[in-house]
Amino acid sequence: MTGHHKIAVLGVAKRFGETAGTSVNALSMIDLSIADGEFVSILGPSGCGKSSLLNIIAGFEESSTGRIEVDGKPISGPAPNRGVVFQEYALFPWLTVAGNIGFGPQSRGMRASKVNRIVSRYVELVSLTGFEQKYPHELSGGMRQRCALARCMANDPDIMLMDEPLAALDALTRVALQDELLRIWGEASRVRKKTVVYVTHSIDEAIFLSDRIVVMTPRPGRIQGEFVVPFPRPRLPEIRIHQDFHGLSDKIWLMLQAEAGRKSC
Amino acid sequence: MPWPTESAEKPLLGPELSVAGTTRSGRSGRSGRWIYYLVLPVVLLVIWWFCTDVLALFPSALLPSPIRVAKAFGHVIADGELMLNIEDSLLRIFYADLAALIIAVPIGLAMGLYQSIERLLDGLLSLFRPIPPLAWVPLAILWFGIGTLSIVFITFLSAFFSILVSTVAGVRSLDKLHIRAALSLGASRRRVLTHVVLPTTLPSIFTGLRIAIGVSWMSIVGAELIAASSGLGYMINYYQQVLRTDVVIVGMITIGVIGLGMDLLSRWVERRLLPWRQGARLP
Repeated sequence: MTGHHKIAVLGVAKRFGETAGTSVNALSMIDLSIADGEFVSILGPSGCGKSSLLNIIAGFEESSTGRIEVDGKPISGPAPNRGVVFQEYALFPWLTVAGNIGFGPQSRGMRASKVNRIVSRYVELVSLTGFEQKYPHELSGGMRQRCALARCMANDPDIMLMDEPLAALDALTRVALQDELLRIWGEASRVRKKTVVYVTHSIDEAIFLSDRIVVMTPRPGRIQGEFVVPFPRPRLPEIRIHQDFHGLSDKIWLMLQAEAGRKSC
Repeated sequence: MPWPTESAEKPLLGPELSVAGTTRSGRSGRSGRWIYYLVLPVVLLVIWWFCTDVLALFPSALLPSPIRVAKAFGHVIADGELMLNIEDSLLRIFYADLAALIIAVPIGLAMGLYQSIERLLDGLLSLFRPIPPLAWVPLAILWFGIGTLSIVFITFLSAFFSILVSTVAGVRSLDKLHIRAALSLGASRRRVLTHVVLPTTLPSIFTGLRIAIGVSWMSIVGAELIAASSGLGYMINYYQQVLRTDVVIVGMITIGVIGLGMDLLSRWVERRLLPWRQGARLP
């Protein structure tokens, strides 16, 4: 599984502002490689540049230095092999659930009958059966995010980039969707395991979901440390109350705390 | 589904909330509401009738009684004159607004998407916009003579700016995330334009078109007073000159009713074409 690198982040830095005095180092020399099929969380407080890093991997933003390689080839701009799920869902309000999910396959020129088959498959996968003809404004937050997830996966991307996808939801829905997310990821990965880069500021969420956690700290945004999550898959909801879960959570928390303390001095 | 519903919807269109009827459940209450709409017109009609036919306060050449107006209505309908003039005016509106739509929407999209194009055009357009359409009448008569072409030209100008301004505003409401989502789903730049930019802008274009229809209906009547030999504007001007005030009033009422009808129609079409906009009306 860790045979070759799916994504390589090579010396990526990002600064905003041009003159030396006013420029801000959003990201400073990030090096990171992510294996094929790995679920990696990028964890950190707001302002640490984690979303910036994700946007650079997605191809939405350009880095000031360094480059991103996917399958050994440098990227240029967004591409359908790197699907994105946004915190604000970013569903197209003028399309129905089915229209949103079918957008990707349609964009890539698939026949209508094939698009329909894909749509009904993913509608079922994210449990939105019966809501195909609803518009996003008619759905709850959790349903919207499941629709956004289905839209991303309908393109069958190798890589899924998720930018705090559950942060806009209430606590109960969030926990329920974490379970859903792993189930859906597992289903979608049946043929070929999908690589996930998951940005979050929730320690517990990162532990529950990922194989590996990359901790970032702000000013300048950089990688502070990494943790491998030892829990086997499939992850059962109960591991959230396991002692080791809390042990890991505390270790990560201490790392973030130490860094925050150093900065405020 | 057990997922809790979010109530983050903000009503985007304040005034629309009360005007546009909503869903099936609202329809049953609607029949009763008509009475409210009719109260004041009926009261006004009674006062008008009382002051003219009963009290005879005004000479009928200045203000004829509603009964005389009703008779005149029957007369101009019977001899086909009214329909002919309505047809002429409506056709001119149609040509003018269609041309305005075809020309203003691409310019508006380009201005909204590219700052350089906006800078290039903004000065010129800001200078022309404050000129009332009717101020173009003298030039229009010189260039196109008296008749349909002049009227269409003047009406076009009045519609053009409403659609342009709304289109630019619509492009401004474009969500960066929608573009990013579309690109990462494999959409080409062209598809982003037709399947993201255009649908985002469509509601604004529609609002612009609705305003344009209202504005151009007003300016067409004004223009026809001077620069036409047919149309509702021409009709009321002609009958004023021969002192048939009753037919003048017939023309005015017709103008009002058609204006109202066009507004209702465009709202109905908007609801049918842009169903996702209903989201803005959720309570």
